[in-house]
Amino acid sequence: MIETMGLVKQFGDLVAVSDVTLTVPPGDVLALLGPNGAGKTTTVRMLSAILAPTRGWARLSGYDVVESPDEVRKRVGVLTEAPGLYLRMTGWEYLDFFGQLWGMSSSWRKARIDALARQFRVGSFLSRRMGEYSKGMRQKVALLRTLLHNPPVLLLDEPTSAMDPESARLVRDIILEMRHTANHSIIVCTHNLPEAEELADRIAIIDAGRILALGTPTELKRRWLGSPLMELRLSTSGNGTGRLDIHAGAAELVAEFATVESIGDGSLAEDHRIRYRTSEAASVNPVLLDALFRAGYPVLTLSEVAQSLEAVYLRVMSEAQAVRAEIEKG
Amino acid sequence: MPTRTGSGNAQSDAVSSWWSRQIAPSLVITRREIQDTLRDWRLVLPIVVLVSIFPILANVVAASGVDYVSQHGADLIVERLFPFLMLVVGFFPSTFSLVIALETFVGEKERHSLEPLLSAPLTDLQLYVGKLLAATLPPVLASYLGMLVYTLLLGFTVGWWPSASLFVLAVTLSTMTAVLMVAGAVIISSQSTSVRAANLLASFIILPMALLLQAQSALLLYAHYTALWLIALALLIVAVLLIRLGIRLFNREQLLGTDLDHLDLRAGLRTFWSALWPRKGLVALYTREIPEIVRGLRAELIVVLLVLVIGGAAIGAWAANQFPLQLTVPSLDVQGIADREVMQELINSSGLLPRFSPGAILLHNIRALVAAAMLALLSLGTLALLLLLAPIAVVAYAGVLLTRLGIDASLFVVIAVLPHGLFELPAAILATAQAMRAGDIILQPPDQGGGVLGIVREMGHFAKLFIAVVLPLLALAAWIEVHVTPQAVVWFMNR
Repeated sequence: MIETMGLVKQFGDLVAVSDVTLTVPPGDVLALLGPNGAGKTTTVRMLSAILAPTRGWARLSGYDVVESPDEVRKRVGVLTEAPGLYLRMTGWEYLDFFGQLWGMSSSWRKARIDALARQFRVGSFLSRRMGEYSKGMRQKVALLRTLLHNPPVLLLDEPTSAMDPESARLVRDIILEMRHTANHSIIVCTHNLPEAEELADRIAIIDAGRILALGTPTELKRRWLGSPLMELRLSTSGNGTGRLDIHAGAAELVAEFATVESIGDGSLAEDHRIRYRTSEAASVNPVLLDALFRAGYPVLTLSEVAQSLEAVYLRVMSEAQAVRAEIEKG
Repeated sequence: MPTRTGSGNAQSDAVSSWWSRQIAPSLVITRREIQDTLRDWRLVLPIVVLVSIFPILANVVAASGVDYVSQHGADLIVERLFPFLMLVVGFFPSTFSLVIALETFVGEKERHSLEPLLSAPLTDLQLYVGKLLAATLPPVLASYLGMLVYTLLLGFTVGWWPSASLFVLAVTLSTMTAVLMVAGAVIISSQSTSVRAANLLASFIILPMALLLQAQSALLLYAHYTALWLIALALLIVAVLLIRLGIRLFNREQLLGTDLDHLDLRAGLRTFWSALWPRKGLVALYTREIPEIVRGLRAELIVVLLVLVIGGAAIGAWAANQFPLQLTVPSLDVQGIADREVMQELINSSGLLPRFSPGAILLHNIRALVAAAMLALLSLGTLALLLLLAPIAVVAYAGVLLTRLGIDASLFVVIAVLPHGLFELPAAILATAQAMRAGDIILQPPDQGGGVLGIVREMGHFAKLFIAVVLPLLALAAWIEVHVTPQAVVWFMNR
């Protein structure tokens, strides 16, 4: 369990993190999204008891990061932005070293390293010096170090950066598995928006140290991009004028049930579509379809238009920039 | 077969648990870092050369030295050359401790491997001690090995074997030198923003250590072994103080958070000025600010008084026994003491002052106290005491000699010292205590008033105290010393 309340971190005059309040229950993944310098790493460092908050508090598995930093560190696995390995050691020696720091017994360390090596498919590499590893391989070893003591809380900063697509897929699957089976509380900092959407139960968009948006991907889309966008496509058969009439008539009918967002001009086959928004899709769509069929409109398909997290992110950031610009203007 | 009692078991379990909780993590770090050091050929190769080839070269030098000086009958030089070379052979491998120690924290920071380590369940003390040991052990062991190789070679080729105490002394000096360098270098490493900055700052260690090596060499050549033991003890004390300082200053946040060195001269000047300039006029200066500063010096004042009384008396008495002056009462020109010209002659012959005048005495005292303040900054406050100790020891020395002549020494002190001492001593004690404070403030972490700005603030207080209190007292004391004390002495001697 990760809990923070009004977390603030100041370095001199610079406010790196401002009033961050979060809760990540066991089995939950929270993705922290934000530009470079937004305060993600500082937040992770406060949560891992490396930096002390200037104000506010944070608890991990019930332990306060200021009052019980050692207890916190025992219960957290931190994947740092850079792997930070000791390149003259072998992968095995490195993991064994950190296992000792976490007070793991020799047999537990061996069993755990073996299991993780199998899971991450790196067994053959661990006997080699890490200076010989590729970037992706180094990242994997850093992730193994993070998971070694099986901590209930994981703080992962760019977990799949520098990995090839296959390895990144493997890592994402492992994170998802851990979320579901091992009940870890996980925070993932990433710039990879599709990855965040895939992994995270909830997403926090952070900029200039402040959380600007927080919620499930669906909630964020609804809040920042409006109600779900539906697309109705009509059959393209019939002559040109007739097609346009049908198109206009159908749009009028849709407008009686929902807010029409856009209407294709019908000059081309792919423009025979009407986009509308409704917050009550489950109840409105059947009724609307029924009305369209009764009126004899040739409905081809009705589907929800996928709205990307990227659109949400860009919208949030542009609004934040606009607010900042206004403040600067005075 | 003896069996362990229940309480014995419990005690042993407690020790084992304490060991695994507190000590074992430090040793894990030490082991890893030593392993890392031994895998770096850039460190291993020079150390191997220094413990194998260098002792052989030193041996050749020593052997040829024997041949040469024995032709001129200068056996003493040979006798002193052997231990001197042993010290040199031991010193060079131990300098690698500096290279390793400067890397400890800031090197890891640059390689981004520090953050994973900082997020491991280690206390600051465990982390610090682990790294300290890792930087100390390989060079110190190499140093021992070098000295051993040199001694064995010399023993078997020239037939010279050092006495056990001399060998232990050389080993102790090498160890203390390495520990001191590591203690200083680890502080630099934990406070620097880059390896380059740490290397540049290392001159603050190299310069005093070079001077120290010269002093050790001179003492070894003069065979002042007691003084060398005292140096080893002093090194140990300073090393312990530096280790304590390093642990107190260790700050994970600063280690990760600072990327640029900057010298904020404005902040320094502001701090100095606000400490120096009276806040609310002259009355408040003497009724509030000065008493407040003096109250803050309680610990230093106690130390200064204790060292002066006990140390001064002890040194004076010891000197009177070691170097007694053959004085007789008639040899003193009692009347002449009151005569300014005779006194000027006496002063000239002593070489202490250019003129026997209030101005010359005042200038001399100012110089001594300012020098004490400067020395205090370089020695965590300790050397400030030495300058003040000297005149007190002289008075004690004179007192002992006069007692031997059958003169009441306590009355002599009252007559010859007290008139001006009443003003001069409090001034000197206050200035020395404040100088000590400026030197020892570095032992406090910044959030408790220490750090560089802390030193600047205390130097501001020193200047304030000096101008407002010490200087007027010294001026008055100098006038009394010229115009009143000699008359009092004459009266006393003619009594």
